Amino acid sequence: MEYQTVRTTCTYCGTGCGVLLEVLDGEVIGTLPQKDHPINEGKLCIKGWNAHEFIYADGRLTKPLIRKGDKLEEASWDEALQYVAKRFLELKEKYGPDSLGCFSSAKCTNEENYLLQKIFRAVIGTNNVDHCARL
Amino acid sequence: MAGLAAAFGSGAMTNSVPEFEDADCILITGSNTTSSHPLIASRIMTAKAKGAKIIVIDPRRTHMAALADIHVKQNLGSDVAWINGLMHIILKEGWHNQSFIDERTEGFEELKKVIENYTPEKVEEITGIPKETLREIAEIYAKSEKSSIVYCMGITQHITGTDNVKSLANLAMLTGQIGRPSTGVNPLRGQNNVQGSTDMAAIPNKYPGYQDVTSDEVREKFEKAWGGPLSPNVGLTVVEMINAIEEGKLKGLYILGENPMISDPDSTHVEKALDDIEFLVVQDIFLTETARKADVVLPGSSFAEKDGTYTGTDRRLQKIRKAIEPLGDAKEDWEILCLVGKAMGSKGFDFASPSEVFDELAELTPIYHGIDYDRIEHEIIHWPCRDKDDPGSPYLHKDGFARGKGLFTAIEYKPPAELPDDEYPHQLTTGRLPFHYHTGTMTRVSPSLTHEVNEAFIELHPEDAKSLGVRNGEKVRVSSRRGSIEVKVMLTPGIKKGVAFIPFHFVEAAANRLTNAAALDPIAKIPEYKVCAIKIEKLDGREA
Repeated sequence: MEYQTVRTTCTYCGTGCGVLLEVLDGEVIGTLPQKDHPINEGKLCIKGWNAHEFIYADGRLTKPLIRKGDKLEEASWDEALQYVAKRFLELKEKYGPDSLGCFSSAKCTNEENYLLQKIFRAVIGTNNVDHCARL
Repeated sequence: MAGLAAAFGSGAMTNSVPEFEDADCILITGSNTTSSHPLIASRIMTAKAKGAKIIVIDPRRTHMAALADIHVKQNLGSDVAWINGLMHIILKEGWHNQSFIDERTEGFEELKKVIENYTPEKVEEITGIPKETLREIAEIYAKSEKSSIVYCMGITQHITGTDNVKSLANLAMLTGQIGRPSTGVNPLRGQNNVQGSTDMAAIPNKYPGYQDVTSDEVREKFEKAWGGPLSPNVGLTVVEMINAIEEGKLKGLYILGENPMISDPDSTHVEKALDDIEFLVVQDIFLTETARKADVVLPGSSFAEKDGTYTGTDRRLQKIRKAIEPLGDAKEDWEILCLVGKAMGSKGFDFASPSEVFDELAELTPIYHGIDYDRIEHEIIHWPCRDKDDPGSPYLHKDGFARGKGLFTAIEYKPPAELPDDEYPHQLTTGRLPFHYHTGTMTRVSPSLTHEVNEAFIELHPEDAKSLGVRNGEKVRVSSRRGSIEVKVMLTPGIKKGVAFIPFHFVEAAANRLTNAAALDPIAKIPEYKVCAIKIEKLDGREA
């Protein structure tokens, strides 16, 4: 059996508590507070103590899906990515860059937010970029 | 955070979380801190144990309110009035900080004229806060050596949200309670990376680091870095994009990790827009209500399955680290986005790791310029951090405001957009529970959390319940001009009479079917989630 803890940051609110994810044989089995973290100093709230519980929840998406009529059907990455690129570029061509937009995410990392806004600003050519900070 | 940016030149929390412990007075409004930010509440408790006075102004007797030295329940949406009232008393008693006002601020004379009219009597009439209590709060806040203001969505989710925030900034500047440790104006961010996503320009009017899309100089810098022409026009906000779909102007939308079907106000309207749009891509870890509407769904990864950084509510950069591989064929989100960029034919997405992405963004973002993955491995850094020798900034505005002088704004009280009337006689406000998070996508699949609470309810004052003829635990129909839901009654004397509260986590009884999306703050474009008019009707009297 291989057990390790991985130092990371809680994913719930903006406080940014330091947590340790407990990993046993490649599976996350628990969340512990970091004792030496300057914000939470060894404490966590009820959401934090259970931050790992949603990771393996039923309904986690594991394959790209493409709509065929009323249904979303499994597809390959290549197919899904090509389709996304093709449709966005077609719409840009037909209606102009400001006919497209994105909702980025306050749940996602800085790097992911940077990349999505870069796609819309630099590749599509619109500033229709927002997220739910207001909500 | 348009209000703080206008007053100070920066829209972020002015001070860092550990500093709360050493404050002498903490004024909390529109934040259910123990519920939504428990580990910040714990710092506030420590401050209290060390002798700080805790003041809570909130229409509900939250856990924090119960522990406070003073708690008053203001009328919904009356915040500008009580803040002006505090400033009126402070000026009259000479408790303001004249040298701070003279040296560090502008616009004071205009402010003075407006707050002149906010006499304690008038303020009591508008807000319901007794004038004696208002005076007590003014004295403690102004006279304490280090006073800190804490607020959250209860202040911003109003049509006067920007006005409310500017008023709090006025109060801090009037008394010089800013620019020092354990003082300041501190918005608590509700989601792990709200601060970072805003820093990274997931907003329609800025490039990363709050650089204006309308500035030619800034745009040229990004055109050079990204290798192509950029739009000089400010884009649309979330709510404006939903409206643009209805108007046939927005044809394609990419949604990353959000569930606007539940989180946006007036969900019926959002659902129609997402049904009507020509092409919708959703990148998420669950098949959310929003993802079900998509043309393409791309499976992303949870925080345990990828590397990256979050920026905490107090501008603190922290890493998340990969503990396991993404599930099934899912991919790390940064990698998916690079693949999308490349599939569109762009050369600007050739990154081997999140660390390389960070290096590019730090290069273009002056407030992040001195930060890299190696430094945050060992150091706690709060932005701004402008070069490799800069230790970062736990608190802001020490010797000067980011905009130069702090700007007072004279603001008159305006009532909420929708007031109670004969047809909809009660008022509704919304919020979070300690056990759940936002739209519940993550928490409602967590057994330990659903064990605590797993259904919506409406908090009512016992006297209101009595006049409606409903009992605790009974199901009622709650309707507004926009929609209707059925929920169980939970009686509590802790809520202001005439006001009801519903947590917004529950899709089957979504509070946002009732809220007033049409009423937006004119500047921040935040919908007025925190006040609308409702009616409550008895069903058949059965216990739910």
